[in-house]
This record gives sequence, structure tokens and C-alpha cells, in this order.
Amino acid sequence: MATYALQRLIQSLFVLLAASIVVFLAVYGIGDPIELLVPPQASAMEREEMVRRLGLDLPLWRQYLAFAWNAMHGDLGRSFVHGVPAIELILSRLPATLELVTLAMAIALAIGIPLGLVAGLDRDTPLSRIIMGGTVLGYSLPNFWKGMMLILVFAVLLGWLPSSGRGETAVILGVKSSLFTADGLRHLILPALNLAIPNMALMIRLVAAGATEAKAQDYVKYARAKGVRPGRIVRRHILRNILIPVVTVAGIEFGSLVAFSTITETVFAWPGMGKLLIDSIYQLDRPLVVAYIMLATFLFVSVNLLVDLLYAGLDPRVRLMGEAA
Amino acid sequence: MKRSPFAPLLPLVALLALPFAADAQNLRIALSSEPTSVDPHYHVLAPNNALAAHIYDSLVDTDEAQRLIPGLATAWKNDGGNKWTFTLRKGVKFSNGRPFTADDAVFTFCRVAKNETNIAGGNKDLIRNMKAVEAPDPFTLVVTTAEPEPLMPRLLSGISILTSSIAAHGRITFNLDASCGVTGPWPSVSQFNEGAVAIGTGPYRLKSYVRGSAIELVRHDGYWGTKPHWETVKMVPVTNAGPRLAGLIAGDYDLIENPATRDLGRLKEDKRFAYVATPSSRVIFFQLDVGRNPSPLAKDDRGGNPLQDLRVRKALSMAIDRDTIARRIMDGGAQPAYQFLPTGMYGTLPNPPVIKFDPAAARKLLAEAGYPNGFEMTLSATNDRYVNDGQIAQAVAGYLSQVGIRTKVDAMTRAIYFPRRSKKEFSFAMGGWGSAEASSFLRYWAASLDEKKTRGTSNYGGLADPALDDLIGRAIVTVDDERRAELLRQSLTRLLDLHAFIPLHFENTLWAHRADIAYTGRADQYTFAMSAVPAKK
Repeated sequence: MATYALQRLIQSLFVLLAASIVVFLAVYGIGDPIELLVPPQASAMEREEMVRRLGLDLPLWRQYLAFAWNAMHGDLGRSFVHGVPAIELILSRLPATLELVTLAMAIALAIGIPLGLVAGLDRDTPLSRIIMGGTVLGYSLPNFWKGMMLILVFAVLLGWLPSSGRGETAVILGVKSSLFTADGLRHLILPALNLAIPNMALMIRLVAAGATEAKAQDYVKYARAKGVRPGRIVRRHILRNILIPVVTVAGIEFGSLVAFSTITETVFAWPGMGKLLIDSIYQLDRPLVVAYIMLATFLFVSVNLLVDLLYAGLDPRVRLMGEAA
Repeated sequence: MKRSPFAPLLPLVALLALPFAADAQNLRIALSSEPTSVDPHYHVLAPNNALAAHIYDSLVDTDEAQRLIPGLATAWKNDGGNKWTFTLRKGVKFSNGRPFTADDAVFTFCRVAKNETNIAGGNKDLIRNMKAVEAPDPFTLVVTTAEPEPLMPRLLSGISILTSSIAAHGRITFNLDASCGVTGPWPSVSQFNEGAVAIGTGPYRLKSYVRGSAIELVRHDGYWGTKPHWETVKMVPVTNAGPRLAGLIAGDYDLIENPATRDLGRLKEDKRFAYVATPSSRVIFFQLDVGRNPSPLAKDDRGGNPLQDLRVRKALSMAIDRDTIARRIMDGGAQPAYQFLPTGMYGTLPNPPVIKFDPAAARKLLAEAGYPNGFEMTLSATNDRYVNDGQIAQAVAGYLSQVGIRTKVDAMTRAIYFPRRSKKEFSFAMGGWGSAEASSFLRYWAASLDEKKTRGTSNYGGLADPALDDLIGRAIVTVDDERRAELLRQSLTRLLDLHAFIPLHFENTLWAHRADIAYTGRADQYTFAMSAVPAKK
């Protein structure tokens, strides 16, 4: 297990290196940030000073080496636009995104798995058809439009929930989060729901497909012949066997929601990381974009590692293979 | 008792039933773009400047029409040359209780000059031009410049005054080499953002600044001027126009910036809300590539640059129907422009020559210039910078095509557009410029490039007219207001005759708000909580 984890760690370092080079080049390729930052009133002298301070006067490879050297010492650079360390800026946004995504994934799993089982165990009932039809909608409607509709219905027409922004926060066990206050939760519901809907649809389809397949397996037939209660068959024999793909997908989705829930965060003016990324790209804030992608890559790598470890818990066969290696 | 199957949902229902926190003393504003810092000297940007005006004052202030009015200085005069004397306001207190004196102004000038974390914005040049700043007494400030600076009061209106108590210092003198007597470290951007040193004399003080989330202000009770109505102000950045309006209608915000022009109809019908459209000084124009042959994106059959012909440029201007664009595309949110600052502002022409929409005459002019069959051109524009910029570009291209110029539109995001424009990759490029006085457009856009003197820094079209350069050069060093205005008018007339820029319209700035609030918009497009008051019933 330890060698396996170590192997994965070394792999992930190379992924980080590659990601940093690609992103660095890409943002450089879009254009010169100086043109967006400095107004025409600035004199040539003031402008030169600025270019030098940001290190933009150096050739690209030297800019990259300087960045890489500092990154190895834990400094991912200062945001061109905000003038503060990029990593500090990103991390200050992390809690807002994490609470949003955690709630969204919790909703997606809590509703998606039971509905998926209902739809998958007996595909021909009208209820199953409605559920499966709903997933097509949930998956295909654009996120932006769905967000606006949620705002329109729950904030504008019904007036039940706030339309945007993050609510009050409270500190519990050293964690500052808006999950702990009523106002915070009220603000969370709509954006979390908007993020949860496509994932819920994904979970339903995944679980339904798995359940239909598992139902026809010999071990299920055997259990039924043995007289095991239907509830226990579903829980112990069907669900446990179809959870592996569910955990994989949930892991990947969690990672991508944390890093790229940009649209939902923009629509609901949620002060999370996705919104920061999109703003930074528009402003060619290279240190921020690069630091962000590095962090996102790191996140994906660790989530995948975590998922692999979870597999081992769920499926004894994975554990055995790991020990053999 | 049997448990209801909905029991787990009860807390959720209770949550939904919570009443709205509606508070008459609190103003909630949704911003369309967020200030990047609370440090007033960090970046000269509209959202930053607007926030700074709540917390800080400057020596000279501007009213909603951008006229100069007394701020921390009650009066100022010039000796006809390089010496300016400012009489400072007495009895002004910073929000930390310290009194305001000339030392604070000198301290501020030093900080601007010594600032090493800011983004270049031109203010450093103003301070570097100051040869001496003296305070004969705590309420008199004498500024002597190296080069004449007729815009001194105007430029000082952009510099927020800090208190010298935020850095350790000895006796404060304007000696940049000796750090002006400041012994401790200069406060950093982060310290301002955290609020520790965000101390000013303005109508509000900073309660909290959480980037991306909200800025909270509390009324400064020791403020010297008219006390604003709202005890607390909360500004929330909501960059997308749809959710911003939804937030207003849902009752989450009392005032929002820049509602989309397409939503104005709906606001008009709803009695609970109102909006204001204030003409701004931001002019939208097209910059023509006149300085070179050939030009990258405008080519006649022989590959030459047709835009170098004055008749062609004039024809282009005549081919565009400004009134229809202002009425239809901007939904009345714009005023057609025939010069670069709204008529009536200092240094503008009282009666600028109106260019009538006349496609037939334009076609005739083009034929005279040797282009009876027009030519090919690409119109370059942004699609996320100015109000309806992408649609404007399409409409203008349509008008130009009607007189035979085969015009393609290339609209792109500003992150790509501005760097490309500065590399001179365009031939017919959209631009926007907002300013409070007439010399800035002439100096930065129309004068030929002179990096040493900071002139023509945005002259991407390569316009070089010696007569115009001479007029502008004289105007910007003339201190006498009357004579300077005359020189500015002459420069402007000359520039309009050259047709190297085609002014299109002045954007209106829009604010939507609850009907029980009255809001006065500002020409500089800044959003002020001070401008909102309860509507009279």
C-alpha cells in the first residue's frame, strides 16, 4: 500500500510540472497583462518600473524558471491584479467553495442513490420512467439557465430564499463556515441545488444501470432462493457491489466541482474559487491562474488517491492485489 | 405518536420562513465590478476610486457633474506660474480621532511617490513634478512644481488623503530622498484590506472587506460634511447582470449598478422599482489607422490603406446612424457624440459640427476618393467592456456595408483585445474613454507619440499632425483657464477636421433601485451610497 501511494505521489509531481508549463505558456500566449493594468496616463518610466517589478521584461523561459524556483520554495507568486500572494487569495476562497460542493454532493448522493435504486430495480413502473426521464432533463439543461430559473422561482416569485451571495458565517471547532448559521444555509440552498442537480442525475443513471445489471446476477438469485429478505438483498448484495463506480464518479465530480463550479458561482455571486479563476483569466492575472491550476491539479491527484484507497475498503479484491504488488 | 414522514424537513421549512432583514438604516448595493483593494493608491480604477470616496477625502473634491468643489482644501489659487497655495479645512477628524493637518497631505504625497506595490496609474508623475511642498502653518499647503501643471486641482481630486498616524515617523517634510521623515515601514496593500490602516476623513469607515463576498461600511459620525442617510452600507459584487436584477426584485439589494438595457422595460412597468440613467463622460469612438500604408485590416484592390484619405474617413463617419444606435441598440441609454466630451464641459466646443447620417453623400464621397466599389475592412471591437459593445460593432459594420465597404466584425474579449490593439494589429478599432476634462483625450489619444512627455500613449492609429501637436502641447502647459480652454477648443476643432477618430456616443450610466429610494447618478460612473436618500413621499 505504501509503495503504491508513493508511486502515485511521484506521478502526481510530474503532472503538476506539466500543468504548470502548459498553463504558464497559455496565459502568456493570450496577451500582455500590462495593457490591461496600466492606463495611458502612466508615463513610460512608471510603466517600465511596473514591467520590471512584475518580471515581465525577462524572456519567457527565465520568467518560468523564476516562477518554478519560487514555487519550490512555497511561493507561487503575487497576483498582478490584487498585489497579494496568489495562494493566499485562492485559499481565502476555498472554504466557501468547499461548503458549497460538500452540500451539493451530499444532496446528489442522498437523493440520487435511493432514486437510482428505485428506478433500476424495476425499470418498467411509471415511477421509474418518470425518474429516468427527469435525469435527462437534469443532465442536459444548461447550468446557467437552471441557476437563473432557481433564482426566479425561489427568490423572485416565492421570495423564500436569498438570490445570491454568501450568508453569515460561524466558527465551530475552528472551522469557519456558513453551514453553521441559518442565514448561511439559506444562502447555500439554491447554489448547492444548482450544482447538485446534474450530479444527482448522473448518480441516478449510474446506480440504476448498476442495479439492473446486478439484479440479474447469480449471487442475487442465490440469495433470493435462500430466502434472504428483499431489503437485505438490496443493501448487502446489490448496493455494495454497485458502489465502486459511484465512489469513483463522486470523487472525480467532487474534484471538478471544487475547481470549476465557475458558472454556478458566477450566477449566484458565490465568493468561491471558480469565480476567482474566471475573473483572473479575464484580467490575465497569470500568477493567480497558474497557482490556481496547480492547486486544482493537486486536488485532483489527491482525490484520485483517496478514491483508490476507498476502493480497497469497499472491495476486498483490490486490497489483495495491492498487497501482492 | 406517529412520526410524520416529513419530520426531517421541518428545520428546512423553519429556515424558509425566516423574515427578510429589511432595515431602513442599512443600504445594500450590488456592484457590477468589485474593487481590487481598499488601498486608495493601489490602482486607479473606477470601482476602487468609488469605494475610496466613501472612506477618504481628497484635497479637492468633484460633484456629480465632475465639477471641482472644495474637499479637504476650502480654497486654492495659482500665482500664474508654478506655485499653488491650498487653504486647508479646519476641524476635520480622521475616523481614528486624529485631526487633519497639512502633515497628512505631505505624508500622502510621499506615500504615492514611494509606493512600490501599486499599479502604475500616473499619480507618481504628478508627485515627481512637485519640486517643493511646504506647510507654512498646519492649514496652508504650498506646492511648487517643476513644470507648469494647470490640472493640479483636478489631479489632486484623484488622490485620497491618508493619516500620517499609520506609519512611524519623525518630523514630516517633503523630502523624498529621506522618506519624508517616515521611519517605520509604509503600510501595505494587505494592511489596508484588513482595515487596520484604512483610516480616512470620509463619510464612512470600513467595517470589513471580504474579497468576492462583501464590503461593509459604517457611518463615520465625526464626518465634517453632510452626514449620509444610511448608518451601514453593504456592497456585494454580483458581476452578472441577470442575477443582479433578480436580487433587486427579490429584495436582497436596495440599489444595483448597471442593469442590462434590455431589462429597462420591465423595470419601468414595475411600480416597486425605479431606475436612473445619467449621461456619463465616457465616449465610445472608433480609432482609424491613418499613420501607415498598408494597414493590416483595411485594404483596397491595390493593397493600399484607404483610411489615409480624408474623404474616406469623413464618408465613414457620415455612413453611421448614431441616433438609431443610441435609440435602438442602447435603448435610449446613450447620447450621440460629435466630440469627445459632452457639450458644456470645460474645454469642449459649444456647437460641435453635427455629422448628419447621409449614406448617399457618403457613397458619393467614396467615389470621389476613388472607391466607387468600396473596399474591405475589419472592424475590431471588444464584446465585454462597454455597454452593448458587440451589438454596436455589428450595427456599425452594417451601416458601413450599406455604403459599399465590405466590413467584417471581429469582436473579442478585452483580455485579448487590448494587448492586440497596443501592438497595432487593428485598422478600425473601437475605443472608450471617460474623463473629467478635455485635455486628456487630446493628450493621450490624438497627440503623436512622445513617451518622454507621456503624450500619444494610446495613439494606436499613428495620427501625426504637427499643427495639432503644437496646439495640444501649448494647451497642457497653459495655466490660465480662459486661454487654456481656447487652445483646447482649437485643438479639438483641428482634430475633428482630421476625422481620425469617429465619436459614436456617450454612454449613460444606469442604476436601478427600490422605488422608495431616490438616487442621483454621477457623470464619472461611480456608485456612492451618499447619493442615495429615502424618496420624498
